[in-house]
Amino acid sequence: MLEIANNRFPRTPYYLMGIGVVLLLVGSYYGLFVAPPERYMGEVQRIMYVHVPTAWNALLAITFAFVCAIAFLMRSDFKWDARMEAAIEVGVLLAFLLCVQGAIWAKPTWGVWWDWDPRLTTTAVLLFAFLGILALRRFVDDPVKRGIWSAVATIIAYVDVPIVYFSVRWWNSLHQLQSSPDTVSSQFHLPLRVNAFGVLFLMTGFIMLRARLASLRHVSEVAPPPMLAEEAGEMA
Amino acid sequence: MIAALRKELLLQWRTRAQFLAVFVFGATALLLFSFAIGPNAADLRKFSAGFLWLGLLLSSTLTLSESFHAEMENRAMEGLLLLPADPRVLYYGKAIANWLQLMVLGIALVPVMVVLYDAGTTKIPMLLVVIALGAAGLSAPGTLYAAMTAQVRSKQTLLPLLLFPLIVPALLASVKATSLLILGDPMGSLGSWLTLLGAFDAIYWALCGLLYGRVVEE
Amino acid sequence: MSQMADLAIDAERLARRYGRRWALADVSIRIPVGSVTMLSGRNGSGKSTLLRVLATAIRADQGRATILGFDLVRHRPDIRRASALLAHYNYLYEALTARENLEVIADHLGQGRGSIAALLDRVGLAGRGDDPVSTYSAGMRKRVSFARVLLQEPRIVLLDEPYAQLDPAGFELVDSVVRELRSGGVTVLMATHHLDRTVAIADHHLVLEAGRVESFR
Repeated sequence: MLEIANNRFPRTPYYLMGIGVVLLLVGSYYGLFVAPPERYMGEVQRIMYVHVPTAWNALLAITFAFVCAIAFLMRSDFKWDARMEAAIEVGVLLAFLLCVQGAIWAKPTWGVWWDWDPRLTTTAVLLFAFLGILALRRFVDDPVKRGIWSAVATIIAYVDVPIVYFSVRWWNSLHQLQSSPDTVSSQFHLPLRVNAFGVLFLMTGFIMLRARLASLRHVSEVAPPPMLAEEAGEMA
Repeated sequence: MIAALRKELLLQWRTRAQFLAVFVFGATALLLFSFAIGPNAADLRKFSAGFLWLGLLLSSTLTLSESFHAEMENRAMEGLLLLPADPRVLYYGKAIANWLQLMVLGIALVPVMVVLYDAGTTKIPMLLVVIALGAAGLSAPGTLYAAMTAQVRSKQTLLPLLLFPLIVPALLASVKATSLLILGDPMGSLGSWLTLLGAFDAIYWALCGLLYGRVVEE
Repeated sequence: MSQMADLAIDAERLARRYGRRWALADVSIRIPVGSVTMLSGRNGSGKSTLLRVLATAIRADQGRATILGFDLVRHRPDIRRASALLAHYNYLYEALTARENLEVIADHLGQGRGSIAALLDRVGLAGRGDDPVSTYSAGMRKRVSFARVLLQEPRIVLLDEPYAQLDPAGFELVDSVVRELRSGGVTVLMATHHLDRTVAIADHHLVLEAGRVESFR
């Protein structure tokens, strides 16, 4: 019978999300109003306080998905499949936010929406790759096949991420040297870290809830085991 | 292994009319690209490598999904697995056959590129190496994903959706390398791009072979 | 322990689902080596699913089994080597000829191609062996499938509706093949609706209903 992993701590995700929201509010307040504007880039640089935490956590989500994929292929326990699905969805969401943030930063700074920054471009490729995996999951009905195939695809896509990054970085370096928002001096580190943990807690809460949902959905999808022959005989 | 490859090549030979159709598709794509850019010869030449590889990429979705059509019609693949046949051997047989087919397709599209974009190169052996490495990069993950998507509904949309983001590094490297051959390579960076392509190929030929068994087994 | 070696199939509580429906709910059977067992049941009773599970074409969701002493889950390649399945799908490549299809099998098995001509003759395809399968009728495809099974030299044969699509001459072919297999010590499990025909050659009769064993004689 399928075990629902977080049965013992049903409220944990909500606490985590609560802590996350609080941390985010604190960090963002500090980043938006208290910290001084950056020397060269001005106010627009404040997006760093959200952008960098989002980036760290997106990578974390995708790495967790990769770990879950390997665990599922080795153990065939569906709780790993549920966690992987949750992690991929959250990762996709964060990757999308990253691209949006990148565009918000790029337009006032460079005048174009997209500046082909290697990290952002890698994020975009990652976004499409994992959206594809989510689409794959939609089209496969058999739960076992769905789990195995999306786990395989996740492993393949994750291995690709560093390769994409290096190839784009190199491709880009031959053309221009646009710097991206990554220089943050030390006095700005505190709101950054606060926000990073904020997003982390929020994200973990989301993943736990989403995984729980996936587990439940799986249980309902899979028929209950057949009655014992003796019972059937008695009932007939 | 030889047995698997032999079967693949025999099947490909029997269905060679399809290859012609795919070639025409690829050539048409190259033609359409030139319409999209306009008759400016300098522009066309500059982007010719990109067009060639995009055309090859689009055509590859056709060849890759075709390569599993014969396996799925009567479930021949299942029949082979039950003999028993090692899935990895079946994978490499098909991946190699697809690689050869994509290579031939790429080579066949070069004259089209030369004519349409006035983009040629004298370094033919090097060009063949680039096409070989690039086709290998498309074939390895492509064969794996084609095996998956052959068994689902909506297979036509799913294969490009999964494959295209993945092969970005191979595409970048192939286009860059080909471009350097056509337009000149003042900084001698061709070798590095080939190394990147080679690394991509090595990683994915190993990884996909490893994972293929899980994908086709029931 | 010695009793285990006499059992070609020793299955316990096999179950397999498709979505919400359990095609096999609870199947336990013991089939002795070298016997011919007729498998019957209504449409949808799970005959094909049972054959496919035993052939390791699909996995069982519950239960365990040993085929000729090999475990269903842990020794799949061994079971596959020893068994041959004649399924609803004929496992053929349409673009290749019958001979070429058999050659592909022989190559993958590491066997020589020498016996192929004789096999094609045996199943009555001697004249059409070199035409592409795409030109074949359903009955001819069935015959090639039979040749495929014989080529594998199995110790246990699983037949899913062998008489389907065949003409009366084909019926004779099936019967003679089954008799030949039996005399060679091969275990046969065949699902069929042609009960009157099969009962003459069968040692046992297994009846399935709604994914469960209704009777086994």
